Amino acid sequence: MVKHSGLIIACLLMLLGCSSATQPALYQRLGAEQGIEAIVDGLLYEIEHDERIVHHFADSDIGRFRAMLAEQLCDLSGGPCQYSGSTMQESHTGFNITLADYDALVEGLIKVMQRQQISIADQNALLALLAPMYKDISYR
Amino acid sequence: MIRRMLVLLLACLPAIATAGSKIIATGGVTTIEGNAGGGIVPWAVINGYASSDEWALTTFASRVGVNDFSLQSGGVALSLDNKWELSYARQRFALESIGGSLSQDIFSVKYHLAGELLYTSIPQVSVGVQHKRNLDFDLPGAVGAASDNGTDVYLAASKVLFHQIAGRNLLLNGTLRASKANQTGLLGFGSAENNSYQLLFEGSAAVLLNYNLALGVEFKQKPDNLAFAAEQHWRDVFVAWFINKNVSLTGAYVDLGNIAGQGSQTGYYLALEATW
Repeated sequence: MVKHSGLIIACLLMLLGCSSATQPALYQRLGAEQGIEAIVDGLLYEIEHDERIVHHFADSDIGRFRAMLAEQLCDLSGGPCQYSGSTMQESHTGFNITLADYDALVEGLIKVMQRQQISIADQNALLALLAPMYKDISYR
Repeated sequence: MIRRMLVLLLACLPAIATAGSKIIATGGVTTIEGNAGGGIVPWAVINGYASSDEWALTTFASRVGVNDFSLQSGGVALSLDNKWELSYARQRFALESIGGSLSQDIFSVKYHLAGELLYTSIPQVSVGVQHKRNLDFDLPGAVGAASDNGTDVYLAASKVLFHQIAGRNLLLNGTLRASKANQTGLLGFGSAENNSYQLLFEGSAAVLLNYNLALGVEFKQKPDNLAFAAEQHWRDVFVAWFINKNVSLTGAYVDLGNIAGQGSQTGYYLALEATW
């Protein structure tokens, strides 16, 4: 019995290994460096045209914001980058980002991902990484 | 009344333009009791798309048709700040094979206590109160109901888990309700033998196939206060189509068990909701 369960566990581990090996990292599925740059540029366009939140970016260095966001998305999605910017708490303190602001930004991101025809599953995988940042970003 | 409301609703459609900032589908649909939720279970979400510092107005009309009965519901809700939901609904329950009908009014308040459906690790948690008043009490009184009005209190927890089933998001909801209602109050409240509050569980699970389409199941535990006929738990399988942030359409197959001594009541549920 003990021997058998060992065998079963070995098989399961092999299967798990296989399933993760066949699926490339989210970074690749989003289109690697180019895909992520397109998401960031699309999001900047959405922010610029969203009167609900554009005022939060009035004094931002857009060039730096663009570079840092791309680096962060690359890092989060398993790409070959190391996010070098400040923490989410630091970079949002004083902005008093509300729930409605956060909703607006997420809605913008969804629009961009839809436009770039990223699959629903990959969109959800990215949202799963970004949504929990709410606690560090909002009401600071 | 429902027809008049539908006409009003359809007449308003072209004028609808604005909606709040919440992400589509996160306001849920409206239950037969007028609260944001599924079809029969109130969820912790607040109706419509009003996020912080926004407000929303929601109206709905629905119809359940089972073997021997039909239930028409309609109502309105005002949502404030993604915190408060104030709603009114009127139900008319027609006894198609026995003859006659029973109506009731439902006044509800829901308050969002903690958590955010999409963004926090804890679920969104809300507490709600429903005050129900029978407009016809002859039949409920005759079959043993103790009162023609009652108040339910519920605690609901709802959470969207991202990327769960074939990469789709999953919504889970659990609701605990204290109630005396017989057949959700349509047959009055309590009875001579059984007139204390009971704690009941209600649950929903739905897969969001994409941003506009949800496929789910619901379960609603029911008390069994009246001696004249056994009351059974309700269940349904539903599809909700969030056409845009202003209009949603829900269809379901429902199993309401035995009602008032009439055997196995199964059939359809259809609901139209407009919000702006």
